[in-house]
Amino acid sequence: MKERDFKIYRGDDERGELVSYKCNVSEGMVVLDVIHKIQAHQANDLACRWNCKAGKCGSCSVEINGKPRLACMTRMNELEEDKTVVITPLKSFPVLKDIVTDVSWNYEQNQKIKPFTPSKKDTEKGFVMMQKDVDRVQHFRKCIECYLCQNMCHVIRDNEGKDKFAGPRYMTRLASLEMHPMDKADRIEDVKDVHGSGMCNITRCCTEVCPEEIQITDDAIIPLKERVVDRFYDPIMMLFRKLFGKKKETTS
Amino acid sequence: MLKRDILTDKLREDKWWISPLLVLLGLLSFVVYSTWAAWQGEYFWWSGGSEGFGGYLSPFYSPTIYIDPSKPGVPPLDFSLLGSWPEWLSWLPGQSPAWLILIFPLSFRFTCYYYRKAYYRAFSLNPPACAVQPIKGLPSQVSAVTNGKINAFNSGKKYDGERGLLIFQNIHRYAMYFAVIFIFILSYDAFLAFFNNGKFGFGVGTFILTVNPILLGCYTFGCHSIRHFVGGNLDCFSCSAYHDKVSHNNWRIVTFLNRRHQLFAWLSLVWVGLSDVYVRLVSMGIINDINTWGI
Repeated sequence: MKERDFKIYRGDDERGELVSYKCNVSEGMVVLDVIHKIQAHQANDLACRWNCKAGKCGSCSVEINGKPRLACMTRMNELEEDKTVVITPLKSFPVLKDIVTDVSWNYEQNQKIKPFTPSKKDTEKGFVMMQKDVDRVQHFRKCIECYLCQNMCHVIRDNEGKDKFAGPRYMTRLASLEMHPMDKADRIEDVKDVHGSGMCNITRCCTEVCPEEIQITDDAIIPLKERVVDRFYDPIMMLFRKLFGKKKETTS
Repeated sequence: MLKRDILTDKLREDKWWISPLLVLLGLLSFVVYSTWAAWQGEYFWWSGGSEGFGGYLSPFYSPTIYIDPSKPGVPPLDFSLLGSWPEWLSWLPGQSPAWLILIFPLSFRFTCYYYRKAYYRAFSLNPPACAVQPIKGLPSQVSAVTNGKINAFNSGKKYDGERGLLIFQNIHRYAMYFAVIFIFILSYDAFLAFFNNGKFGFGVGTFILTVNPILLGCYTFGCHSIRHFVGGNLDCFSCSAYHDKVSHNNWRIVTFLNRRHQLFAWLSLVWVGLSDVYVRLVSMGIINDINTWGI
């Protein structure tokens, strides 16, 4: 057991302060344990969001020493012993209280996406899919919606791009729908114009921060960008599609 | 205290600046060296004095479209695709054939999805590292030259990603077509390196010039655009026998290389530079090539 120093953001979306705490840390503790201990013994009114404590619910996203992370998956022995651990809320979203943020902007982005649209025939027949066809889509289904990628994306975080870019989480969802073998909807124009794929300049921070190790940039954003190039920027592909292409159904 | 004054990147006390700094130095070094090497127009070929089949050719100069045979360390005229250096190109610095071909590999690397990450972080500093605020100043001045059209160099409200002038990044697939052709050309150069005056053998240069297209191939065939073409553009592999057997396997192979795209981007960049250095030093007589030909 060793006493460690912590600073935790206390306040609202306008004003706040980094309040210092000391807490005894024992082997195996994660940052969320420390937050709970401080909440239980020193600051009963400290607001903190959590649920599973196993890295699967995505609730306890915070910033630890300036880096977005899941508090339940950050072990105390990963952090330098002699340094104060600073815990702050996600920078990209409004603070509700202390380290709890309002992430509802993300739900609004989700609502803009055309939902999964199978054909009537497939729906009646039932879905039969080969594993090799759903591998890519299953990879995206690992997302726990912790919004660390949304928070880390510099377009949203520092470049005031919330009205132009849906963010990496929703590029991933778009990719999972676009690549789905049973989906018949066409979202490529929306990917470019509504969801703003051109805003991403491939700096890959979303991939680096993903606790589920989803290859967001390589498997979702870049393939979508390539499909946008096919449709809007590649004259040979445009001609090829005009001559031989089949139009996707847009209704179920 | 205001929230915005607390939640700044000053909370990051780690050495986040090391990675962009190394990338900046690495890319700048390559740009400076390759420009200098392309400018020379001489000492880019070695065959130990013989003029027959074979020899070492620097990858910066391959293929040699025109040759000025009056210069030292250049291949004989019959190695050139179109003959001797023409009058209408006399304005090119150093009468160097490198200027005629470097645009192809450079445009491939410049629009590459990995290098975009590297130079947006290291040069546009937007962001220089993850969870670090964009550094304003020089990048926004660069963008100001084009009336703010280099959108990824702007920050704040003016940031507009890869739109505006940066829409040209979408030529990547066309640059890729040429890059693939260059893999075959450089592979032929590697084959030539096994011969000296028609006699089979090998030396240190043979090894260097053989590894070069292998690394370049691992980099080029891991390209995101190739991955898209061989199968990434499909929603259903199993819907046709061809896609099931061929496209899916190709896509998996390209995906394997694609996962290592950054590694091969750097390895191939360093190796192509080293290949030029080696051929240049041997051609200038500064070092001797150890080989089976005894020259």
